[in-house]
Amino acid sequence: MATIAGNATVDRFAAALDDLDVGWTLTTVDELSGELERFSEPTVGAPFPFEDLSLPDSIPRASESEDVKDANTGVTAGVLAIAEYGSVVIGSEPPETEPVSLYADTHVAVVRAEDVVASMGEAFAELGPRLREAGGNAIIVTGPSATADMGALVRGVHGPGDVHVVIVE
Amino acid sequence: MSRKSKRAKAAQIRETMASEGASVRENTQGFNRGRYETVADLENYEELKDEARQIKEDAIERLPELIDQLTEAIEANGGTVYLAEDEADANEYVSSLVESGETVVKSKSMTSEELEVNEHLEAAGANVVETDLGEWVLQVADEAPSHLVAPAIHKSRESIAELFHERFDPDQPLETPEDLTAFASEYLADAFEDADVGMTGANFLTADSGSMLLVTSEGNARKTVAATDTHVAVAGVEKVVPSVEDLQPFVELIGRSGTGQDITSYVSLLTPPVETATFGEDELEGSDDRDFHLVLIDNGRMAMREDEQLRETLYCIRCSACANTCANFQQVGGHEFGGETYTGGIAGGWETGVHGLDSSEDFVDLCTGCSRCVEACPVGIDIPWINTVVRDRINRGADDHTYDFLVDGLTPDTEEGGMSLQKRFFGNFVTVAKLGSFFAPVSNWLAGFGPNRWIAEQLLGVDQRRDMPQFSRETLKEWASGRDGPADPDCEVVFMADTYTNYMHVERGKAAIRALEALNVDVEIADVTESGRAALSQGMVRTAANHGKAVAEELLPHIDTGREVVIVEPSDLTMLRDDYERLLDAETYERLSEHSYEILEYVYGLLENGADASALRDGDGEEIAYHGHCQQRTLGLAAHTEAVLEELGYDLVTSDVECCGMAGSFGFKQQYYDVSMAVGEELREQFSTPEAEGRTVVASGTSCHDQLTDLMKQDVPHPIELVAP
Ligand code: SF4
Repeated sequence: MATIAGNATVDRFAAALDDLDVGWTLTTVDELSGELERFSEPTVGAPFPFEDLSLPDSIPRASESEDVKDANTGVTAGVLAIAEYGSVVIGSEPPETEPVSLYADTHVAVVRAEDVVASMGEAFAELGPRLREAGGNAIIVTGPSATADMGALVRGVHGPGDVHVVIVE
Repeated sequence: MSRKSKRAKAAQIRETMASEGASVRENTQGFNRGRYETVADLENYEELKDEARQIKEDAIERLPELIDQLTEAIEANGGTVYLAEDEADANEYVSSLVESGETVVKSKSMTSEELEVNEHLEAAGANVVETDLGEWVLQVADEAPSHLVAPAIHKSRESIAELFHERFDPDQPLETPEDLTAFASEYLADAFEDADVGMTGANFLTADSGSMLLVTSEGNARKTVAATDTHVAVAGVEKVVPSVEDLQPFVELIGRSGTGQDITSYVSLLTPPVETATFGEDELEGSDDRDFHLVLIDNGRMAMREDEQLRETLYCIRCSACANTCANFQQVGGHEFGGETYTGGIAGGWETGVHGLDSSEDFVDLCTGCSRCVEACPVGIDIPWINTVVRDRINRGADDHTYDFLVDGLTPDTEEGGMSLQKRFFGNFVTVAKLGSFFAPVSNWLAGFGPNRWIAEQLLGVDQRRDMPQFSRETLKEWASGRDGPADPDCEVVFMADTYTNYMHVERGKAAIRALEALNVDVEIADVTESGRAALSQGMVRTAANHGKAVAEELLPHIDTGREVVIVEPSDLTMLRDDYERLLDAETYERLSEHSYEILEYVYGLLENGADASALRDGDGEEIAYHGHCQQRTLGLAAHTEAVLEELGYDLVTSDVECCGMAGSFGFKQQYYDVSMAVGEELREQFSTPEAEGRTVVASGTSCHDQLTDLMKQDVPHPIELVAP
């Protein structure tokens, strides 16, 4: 596989996403808006908790309860990603993030390349101080919602049946 | 267990196996295979396990302090902590948080099963809905969970479809797993819509930040928290760890150990009350009036912490690896192999601690002590030992004195009078073997004689369908006495023949001695045969310790003169290597443990050190099928046998089922004969594939020998019998 942005950790993350059968794309700040528009509508988004990267204006912000529940696509930021597991960490800021990432059929997580860490150990080294100082949540999302309770693996039960990760260089 | 209940128990187990066995088998074996695969990918698996173990040891040690710290942190965040003494106390508190007519959505939690909180809430007028699909199926079917992680593991897709049709009469027939899942999640979406209170468990709690960790795959735990304003979490006090960072090894181990997934879809680290937006009438709303209550439950745990033997149970993270790897659990599932709430091997500790011995008594003998779970457990809990202790306590607490007069004559031991005759018979097998050998062949004729078999079944619960081992008139010791060893030996060993080898399977003992002598080793025969294994399996801990003392007295002088101890029976070696740590003083244990070897492990060492392999019988490409003994595998010794056989030129296939299903007395007991044969059937199938068929079958353990002889209808030698000249 060609290296992505010359970053081995991001490469490893992408390979792990492939193993999980989770779609991913690599994009730039400028192209993010177009990248997000191609997902199935209706779409809702939660603002990003970053200074240098915001939810593009073309994505409707979640405000109506029913819109969130009926969305085909929910766009949120991922505050961290864990390369070895292909996991994205969803934070609790702003408060719309959790419902938007949970109720839509497809969850699109936008991750900054610099937030991809190699291992679970590194992720927890960051999460520890964060939670001690500011509280909040960190949901480590690895692939879509799934169950095997009905006799075979089925994707999409209470949560999204599909996850897509957009990595922003 | 009385004689009537032995037969009743056998019938009950048979019935459960017929109705639930196939689903349980398929699922647990799938999880178990997945576990082997996914932990093999972890470079630092053993390190992670050690780390996990240390964190739990430390946390339980400092528990009172951590509970205080956790309480402070949660209260500082705006939540409430309630420390509940027992089930009633916890239920009363939880009920006080829910008003009549309200809907409570619950995400799966064993602790709430322990409390039977649903019944209490429903009695108080609430509507309780389980939202984990497996749990919900059980709620609809009005059944109890049969597994720690996958509660409805015993139900097949067909039976779930049938249940939904009966109960809901859906417009469309529900057939595929997708249909059933979609139907269930639609139903549950409405429940979330109506929900007032969300109830979860907690896999872990962190004292530093007041956070909780929930490990799930479906997303229902997330919705339970997100869709309700009041979050009630119930958790045992043992779930507290010091810091957020401490969660890391568990996050990496829990899914792998349980279902064989590298990680589950959602690992939620929440610091409640959460700030997540709520669904208002129209708009998404702020989170200001969210309410959080943590109900920390003691219910016997603090007493377990003070209990030297049960304390380890509190390290358990409820991953279910021990159940999935257990050959008996794989056949019968948690409805047989479980108590009021908890299931699998570790349920012996949990049920004894939280519900008392009565709840463990019914199932704890399904743990045969094979020890396969010890390797699987991510926190290294010695589950068989806990079950031995539980059995010992049951023995001492029982008050059925019916057979005392008989027992005291037949099998003098140091156990209290109330123990069942069956346990005494198997626990004192060395006495039986001595007499049997002395009176052979009359004893063999008597033991096989129909009416006597009937009496043995009535009195002792020895199943009539089992072939009895044949006593040998000449014991191994008699055979070996007066043998001339090598003239100029390279080294000396003391050979401890176990009871079976000395009195019954004498051939394996002879072969071991011939092989050692051929490799220029001088062999002394020890005067003891009984390691205490037989007693220990029946929970006769004191008797086992007495045997241990006798073994030490006999062997230590040999060790002092530079002899190593060689043993042919793996379960006896496990006593010296492992179990004596609990039965003897530390120094004695260490001496015995360091200087004892399994026969092929010792042969392997000799060959590695330059002994001449040509002194042993050449395999010459002979095709053999090898079944290693369960305890030998746990000790990591099966590899030595395989290496020696391969070096000598044998063509080898090996079984990978966890266990043969015999475990000494287990398969002889009337109550467990059927389970034993069902476990054995898996082994028979493996050795009946085109690749394995027609091969010479060899096995390391005596019980495996007995079982395989029955199953394969062929003689099953010990590997040493193959290679000895
Ligand atoms: S005893 Fe060990 S293997 Fe069994 S459930 Fe507990 S942690 Fe898991």
